[in-house]
Amino acid sequence: MSVELDVFVGNTTIMDKEVYQLWLNGYTVYDAVRVRMEGGVMEEYEANAEVLLSDTMDQFRTFQMCERLLHNPAKLANQLLFQIPPDRQAMLIERYYAFDDAFAREVLGKKLSKGTKKDLDDISAKTGIMLKSCRRQFDNFKRVFKVVEELKGPLVENIRQHFLLSDQLARDYAAIVFFTSNRFETGKRKLHYITFQDFAFCAGQLINNWTIGSVDNMAEDMDVDLDKEFLQDLKDLKILITDKDLLDQHKSLVCTSLRGKTKVFNEMEANFKNLSRGLVNIAAKLTNTKDVRDFFIDLVEKFIEPCRSDKWTTVDMALYLTHYTNSAHLLDSFRHQAVWNRYMGVIKSCILRMYHD
Amino acid sequence: MPGKLKAKIVAGRHLPVMDRASDLTDAFVEVKFGNTTFKTDVYPKSLNPQWNSGWFKFEVDDEDLQDEPLQITVLDHDTYSANDAIGKVYIDIDPLLCSEAATVISGWLPIYDTIHGIRGEINVLVKVDLFNDLNRFRQSSCGVKFFCTTSIPRCYRAVMVHGFVEELVVNEDPEYQWIDRIRTPRASNEARQRLISLMSGELQRKIGLKVLEMGGNAVVGYLQCFDLEGESGIVVRAIGTACTLEKLTNPPSNAQHTANSSPSKDIREPVFGEECPCNPLSSGPSTPLRAPAFSFSPSKSYSRQSSSSDTDISLTPKTGMGSGGSAGKEAGPLKTLLRQQTQTALEQREFPFFTLSSFPPGFLSHVGGVVSARSVKLLDRIHNPDEPETRDAWWEELRQEIKSHAKALGCHAVVGYSESTSICEEVCILSAAGTAAVLNCRFLQESCQDTLTEHRLSRQLPLFPSGSDKVEFDLGSSASLGCEDLAPPGCGFCHIPYDELNMPFPAQLSYCCCCRRAKVPDVLFTTIDLPTEATITGKGCLIQARLCRLKKKGQGEANATCISSLLPFMEYELHTQLLNKLKLRGMNALFGLRIQISVGENMLVGLASATGVYLSALPSPGGIQIAGKNPGDLSYEQHVSNMQRKINDTITKNRDIYQINPPEVVEEVIGSPIPEPRQRSRLFRSQSESSDELSELDLSHGKKDAFVLEIDDTDAVEDIHCLLTDAPTPPGFFSCNTEIMPGIHNWTSGLQMFTSVRVFRLSNANLTNQGLNKIFNELCENLLKSLYFKLRSMVPCCLCHLNFAVAVPEDELIQVAVTAVAMSFHKDQIQDSNKSGEDRTAMKVITEDQLQFPMELSAETTPAQLLSAAKNSGPSDCSTSGLARAPSVDYSSFADRCSTWIEQLRLRAHTIRRGSIKTTSSLERGSPLPDGRSRSLRSTRSFHGSSVAVVKMTPLSFIPGAKIIKYLGIINMFFIRETTSLREEGGVSGFLHTFIAEVFAMVRAHVAALGGNAVVSYSMKECVFMENPNKNQAQCLINVSGDAVIFTRETDLETSSTQLQAANPQSNEDTPA
Repeated sequence: MSVELDVFVGNTTIMDKEVYQLWLNGYTVYDAVRVRMEGGVMEEYEANAEVLLSDTMDQFRTFQMCERLLHNPAKLANQLLFQIPPDRQAMLIERYYAFDDAFAREVLGKKLSKGTKKDLDDISAKTGIMLKSCRRQFDNFKRVFKVVEELKGPLVENIRQHFLLSDQLARDYAAIVFFTSNRFETGKRKLHYITFQDFAFCAGQLINNWTIGSVDNMAEDMDVDLDKEFLQDLKDLKILITDKDLLDQHKSLVCTSLRGKTKVFNEMEANFKNLSRGLVNIAAKLTNTKDVRDFFIDLVEKFIEPCRSDKWTTVDMALYLTHYTNSAHLLDSFRHQAVWNRYMGVIKSCILRMYHD
Repeated sequence: MPGKLKAKIVAGRHLPVMDRASDLTDAFVEVKFGNTTFKTDVYPKSLNPQWNSGWFKFEVDDEDLQDEPLQITVLDHDTYSANDAIGKVYIDIDPLLCSEAATVISGWLPIYDTIHGIRGEINVLVKVDLFNDLNRFRQSSCGVKFFCTTSIPRCYRAVMVHGFVEELVVNEDPEYQWIDRIRTPRASNEARQRLISLMSGELQRKIGLKVLEMGGNAVVGYLQCFDLEGESGIVVRAIGTACTLEKLTNPPSNAQHTANSSPSKDIREPVFGEECPCNPLSSGPSTPLRAPAFSFSPSKSYSRQSSSSDTDISLTPKTGMGSGGSAGKEAGPLKTLLRQQTQTALEQREFPFFTLSSFPPGFLSHVGGVVSARSVKLLDRIHNPDEPETRDAWWEELRQEIKSHAKALGCHAVVGYSESTSICEEVCILSAAGTAAVLNCRFLQESCQDTLTEHRLSRQLPLFPSGSDKVEFDLGSSASLGCEDLAPPGCGFCHIPYDELNMPFPAQLSYCCCCRRAKVPDVLFTTIDLPTEATITGKGCLIQARLCRLKKKGQGEANATCISSLLPFMEYELHTQLLNKLKLRGMNALFGLRIQISVGENMLVGLASATGVYLSALPSPGGIQIAGKNPGDLSYEQHVSNMQRKINDTITKNRDIYQINPPEVVEEVIGSPIPEPRQRSRLFRSQSESSDELSELDLSHGKKDAFVLEIDDTDAVEDIHCLLTDAPTPPGFFSCNTEIMPGIHNWTSGLQMFTSVRVFRLSNANLTNQGLNKIFNELCENLLKSLYFKLRSMVPCCLCHLNFAVAVPEDELIQVAVTAVAMSFHKDQIQDSNKSGEDRTAMKVITEDQLQFPMELSAETTPAQLLSAAKNSGPSDCSTSGLARAPSVDYSSFADRCSTWIEQLRLRAHTIRRGSIKTTSSLERGSPLPDGRSRSLRSTRSFHGSSVAVVKMTPLSFIPGAKIIKYLGIINMFFIRETTSLREEGGVSGFLHTFIAEVFAMVRAHVAALGGNAVVSYSMKECVFMENPNKNQAQCLINVSGDAVIFTRETDLETSSTQLQAANPQSNEDTPA
């Protein structure tokens, strides 16, 4: 004796958010039923295990049928098969494209290739996220990447419009796309402490300030590539470290303004030249694609680690970077103020964001 | 050439990839009507082709217009091989043939393939230019309106109800023709779909002709069914009620609506629903109407049944559930005369049947009870499809029987009438059922005085009283002014129509608890909806009786005989179950009763559903008392008394749940003219039974009318267990199978229509009847539980029009399909009985207005009635008359608001009309899948937002909190879906889930294309599912129907303006996102 067939179809498609989440998380029907039972839905409305199983199966089936549409969210709004209220549609899309930061952190900057996809079970084991869910998230990254890759115009906006995502989620995807296309190195041990949200923040800074789109909205090119001209101009900053006078002048300006304001003043003074060389060298090298990839590792090695070993606090760091940036304007022979600002603005906010344990 | 059909193919979208190499499709379209075919150009390499064709014009006879569907086929052009079909769209152009319905079909329609399901959508524009020659109209039946709704459709009034119409057409089933062996499944499915579409077109036309002949212009309660008789062919049959309807230019409901403040408005809507249709579903109704205090010896009932069966095979248990007499003796001679006249008027008609299930107040004088007839037939190949005499004769026979049953109950009409079949191999059970009733004779009064019209009256019955009469009626209802025959509105229909001394069956009669003047039965079973005027106590609930009976496999005559010998037992048992369950809930009447008996190879499955209520006019039901067979045995006694206690507890609990507290005080006040002794006993009884501490002692004392169940064998024990295992509905839920729940009035607009299908496999070969019963019972209970759980977010809510359809598709399979609507209501007002009372009166005004009509009968009466009508609806009437069709509003007080409201409405109507065209243009601008990706997405974004119009679906005839402003035509669609990759499509459940979703989608799309935003009186009349998992195959046929309508809602108006914007791609694109 068995139920051979069991379907429920509503004129308005009924979807339970909780069950949807279980489905997205990669649960099997039976595991999902178990979780729901533990969650106590059974007590409501005198359900029994059978009822719960039937309901879960039905909903999982509905989600599977919807999945095809979710791959192209614009379709969801003008398909005829399911009558879903707009707010529900938005919920379905938003949750389908939501991802775990832990997963994104693992994949960040990697090529979204078949090879990476094969490694998903490792990532699953490491992060504790179910393989099925990993696959969905990976496929989402890839899908967004592929669609947006060739589009012109602002990256975040393109993602938001094509996939109908919320602003925040679109920004996160922009970060992923940005990291993937520039292949930033994020996997090194030294970078492990940096979270996905840190990187997403940095990506946002880079996209908003260093790409072509950031200066020229009309540009034909898109947000994914850094502004080549700007990178070229960055070479001019080298004068800050190659010109001995300028370096000394800069140092004394910074030290004057910092004196007495921080406990680590001595260390700052001692390290000034090293740190300045580090930052300016990073700037000067960014014309090389390879060095762009190492941007974050360089920031950590050349700047963050030395400071951390000297026990700078975040306040110290902010103070130092502010004065370091502003003092350069007081240098008479330094003429690259605009480039310097554009460079240091991003560097400062990135470092501040990355400067934690 | 009385008609020119024009079609334009605009565009396609979401087409499937037909060319693997390019991942694109070279699509073109064939447009076919009759034997004429046109083609569009090929639109190369696109999944979103823009054909923008010119008008394809077909010049055709209107007969063809009615019969044929417009057939649109989308194909993929292939230079080297045959073109591949992508899918088809059948468009029923019937709605365009009626001037009052839709004027254009325009919008995105799903392209459907019987193997692949929906494959993209196509945007089309279809129009019909009829040469408005009225004489030509008469030759075909263009212009006759069809409604599935089983009440007078809102926004119409009945000028005249002409009566029963029926027709059937037969044909060979393409699936069983020799050619099917060599053609593809797709070809055979399409042949079938097309044939059935043709047949139903033809059927509708023929019915239309009959209606015209009778002088009507519409069919209400149109019920069309398919009988797939396998080898012997396909029968498409339909019944309905012919009427002359007139559109209300100023629907009174609206006036009421806006004139009132919002809270009461919310309530009124539901009340609206009280004139509700019983579903016109084929699911087989028919019931033994049995005497209330029927003693439970099977022999008795059996003898009666056998007496009524006139052939060996055809068997028709009949029964009558009596209801009280209309104070027959007190009535004067005039009344008797009138009554006789009514009777003769009705009797002259072949079948005084009405497929309607809800009526204007006062229309039903008395309700006798359920009348039903069944017969078992052996199917034989239909030799001459043009002369389907056998099938006609079978139904004729059945109807005659129904008629005679009704007569036996002292009734001259049958209301809530329906017919159904169940087929297994070559055996077919035909069932017919309805409610015997006496219709109000007042409408004949005028005719008596007016001899000129008498002849006509006897032929065509004007059913509804004139407006002036009505008003009087209402005023005098309690005092019973005007006409002696007038029973108090709340209880009149319960009074028995038959002679007390000459009862057709043993029944326990008592004086009516409301008026104390006439006799009523102690239980009343009916197939109709609860009349609007009925006074009830507490709330109603769904009551189901379920039964399985094994039978030996057999062939031919022997099999048929075996089935017909089982039927009476099944009916008897179903009836007993119903009665017991009714008593267990402390109720005394059933409405909307549907009894379905389905036949399978080795079993019969019976399912009876009804909505139980406590009619205040009927006596309080006694409890159930159990009597053991062998007293003396102590443990046995204990067992019995245990059970007795349980039963008593359940009754008490149920009374609490359904708030059944019969108002004793009222009884005393009203009951003045009652003979002393009677009254006393009556009071005693009600006291003893309704007192809250319903102790065992009390029950045993009142055993006179307590219902005695004898436990004489294990069967009886089973039965009682089964009684008690019915799980109560979870808190916050109510359920009923009538249109709306008696006792709930304050619906919100929350609405969820759903279909749920379950198939159960009985793997255990050696099942007993009991085992089978238990399984079936659990199946139904679990299904209900699942529904409650699914819909828990809508609480407090009521599942209305719960319609179960059982089938035995294969040896060990039981299939149950349920279609219903969940409607949420405001909790806080439930108990506010005062309010509901107000609504009730308000509602009455509305229905009356709706039914007021200047009678065509005599020219003299007309002006007076018009006057009264105008008086009735007040000044609003006059002021709105200029604005034809605009929903009426009380202008005197709300002039400003309303005029803007109407403005908006117009705007809205405008957008509805233009909506689809707009979408088209937006598509031209940029499809969601731009072929060239280089374009910035910024401009292609206009699609977001709801580009798909929301279409509501409901099995009810109304939409709570909204008013229907236009009926656009009947939706009657038939689909076949087949798969040869069952596993890949998610197994049987995945397959059927997709298919049902697709059917919904297609219904919605067609309604939207007609310009509508809802389907009312929706029903799934057929869901035939067959599978062969070993071959990885499955096939399913679904037939759905309903009325496409436009409704408006006050709260919608604000959103309509925003929708307007959304619908306009221009404005969307321009705004920076």
